[in-house]
Amino acid sequence: MKCVIAGGNVKVLGRAVHSLSRIGDELYLEPTESGLSLRAVNSSRSAFAAFLFAPLFFQLYEPGNAGPDTELFRCKVHMKSFLGVFRSLPSLEKSVGKCLMLLKPRANRLVLQLHCKHGVTKTHNLAFQECERLQAVFDTQRCASRLCAPARLLAEAVVHFPPTLAEVTLGTGTGGKISLRNYVEDEAEPSKTMVTELWLAEDEFQSVAVAPGSHITFCLKEFRGLLSFAEASNLPLTIHFDEPGRPVIFTLDDTVLEVHLVLATLSDLESSSQSPSTNGVSHLPVPSDDFADDLESYMAAMETSEGCSEGPPSPTFPLRTPQPAKSKPQEEEEEEEEEEEGAVPGTPPHKKFRSLFFGSVMTPGRPGPATTQEVLAEDSDGES
Amino acid sequence: MRFRAKIVDLACLNHFSRIINTIAKLAKTCILRLTVCKLYFILSDKVANGGASMWCELSQGNFFDEFQMEGVAAEHNEIYLEFVPENLWRALKTAQSAKAVKIKLTNKHCPCLRVAVELPSLSSSSRVVTHDIPVGVIPRRMWSDFREPSVPDFDVSIYLPVLKTMKSVVERMKNLSNFIVIEANLSGEMNLKIETDLVSVTTHFKDLGNPPWASEDGCQSSAQGRDLESMAEACIDIKKLQQLLAGQQVNPTKALCNIVHKRIIHFILLHEEVSLQYFIPAIA
Repeated sequence: MKCVIAGGNVKVLGRAVHSLSRIGDELYLEPTESGLSLRAVNSSRSAFAAFLFAPLFFQLYEPGNAGPDTELFRCKVHMKSFLGVFRSLPSLEKSVGKCLMLLKPRANRLVLQLHCKHGVTKTHNLAFQECERLQAVFDTQRCASRLCAPARLLAEAVVHFPPTLAEVTLGTGTGGKISLRNYVEDEAEPSKTMVTELWLAEDEFQSVAVAPGSHITFCLKEFRGLLSFAEASNLPLTIHFDEPGRPVIFTLDDTVLEVHLVLATLSDLESSSQSPSTNGVSHLPVPSDDFADDLESYMAAMETSEGCSEGPPSPTFPLRTPQPAKSKPQEEEEEEEEEEEGAVPGTPPHKKFRSLFFGSVMTPGRPGPATTQEVLAEDSDGES
Repeated sequence: MRFRAKIVDLACLNHFSRIINTIAKLAKTCILRLTVCKLYFILSDKVANGGASMWCELSQGNFFDEFQMEGVAAEHNEIYLEFVPENLWRALKTAQSAKAVKIKLTNKHCPCLRVAVELPSLSSSSRVVTHDIPVGVIPRRMWSDFREPSVPDFDVSIYLPVLKTMKSVVERMKNLSNFIVIEANLSGEMNLKIETDLVSVTTHFKDLGNPPWASEDGCQSSAQGRDLESMAEACIDIKKLQQLLAGQQVNPTKALCNIVHKRIIHFILLHEEVSLQYFIPAIA
């Protein structure tokens, strides 16, 4: 792969890397025919971000040659190393004229070369690892609700919450108002925690198409990275969401850039009682009495749903991939090339991740494509 | 027991927020005492506070456009609430362009101070942010714990140097030592001293001036008849001093301290609309 980014786009690339660095420790590079995709996922698999830069974004874009049997070369690099090249955005803007990215499969380094003012060239040789495709499965079409707002509106909204706040709940209220509220954990004492709630009128948004009474809780920290990118690039942000537990998808669209951020949302214990998949939200073993009983029938249902991994999920078990407790963005093996439709469960925030692991241990050995379930707990490239 | 208040003027809001910021730097939790005319922020000298105590008093009329209070009973028309000032500071911090800020005492799941900020927006209706700050209601029988401290029988009273200068000196000294000695005399001289195994540093201030204190009953206080050159000193926790100075963003109209030799230092910072007293005990 060889590409050259020129002028102001170098800073855009830099900002994208900063945004991705808020998500995960590794940056996945995937050159495709439709552009260069930079991706990251967090350690608990509850957040996934992808920046797709179209060929037009580059002064020169050569994704490389895919042979008949081979795919275009993919790799991942340490986020810190990559970020180090773009660390100072002001100096990128001031002194860098061009950035060259060179990735040769047989070379053992990814080359990032910055052509700066006064004839200075800075060359960074980054170690990389080959990897499998990192792809969260999600589908914005399947989301019942959608909000579109200028990034500035959301930035102004988020400023009322402390920078350390972990989770925030987005909801729809009466009169079409949209609310943002800090999420207070059940374990926290209500008499000691400050609750902040912000109400935004419908007409502050560019478009509002929401299911009334809906709400989702997601990690604010991971969202802030995307928000600062959106603000700087002055692009409107679209929020696609559905029921609690299903992931929330933030998108930014431009002629040369497409950004997706998929965050897991907290399952709602009270609301979705039909599916046992939502029972195990907290790491407490019995949040509801029927957890143990339902596990039996749930496991039975998992046996039957394996055959149709490509098809739509069964109505009783909205999760395409059987998981006893959690929902989270699923990582696919290479066979699933496209972003398939299909329920993508969203992981509750990392602290509740533990019960996901217990869940998969509890299920007895199943025949067939158990590999798709394995993927849920591990890195998609088999390494950890 | 009811309390509602409203601030509409941005300058008042800004000033009030700065006061809350100062209080938040001095105390993690403190008492808010509400009377018909005044608000008090009180920190009593418990061991948990490191023995430091604070008394801050302001007239509500200088800040609030509306202020309604009904105390626990007719003859005790006051409310005492325990709260975390940092929470209130956070609520006010992002309200600096507000159209109005309303504060109300509510009791939905637990007693709270509800701060409702109405912000301007491009749409037809304003944006509203509400912050529910949990508070503890202090029962009447405990009110006597929070009485105004009396001015101690001091040995020396002296005006403080320019706070900005004092702050930068103390901040550097903080890196070297945990304790600082403040000594001063009735000739307007003050020294800030630190001493460790490796180094001792003293900063000298001159011509500070000594405030005149009229003694209430006409008899001699320990300050009178005292040798003008003789220093009174106290060794205090440097962090507490640094917190006090860091919280002062605007120069007070008057800033002075009263030193009781080897016992306690009483700081008084007066602004036009608010007075702050802070007591730091000497380290034994």
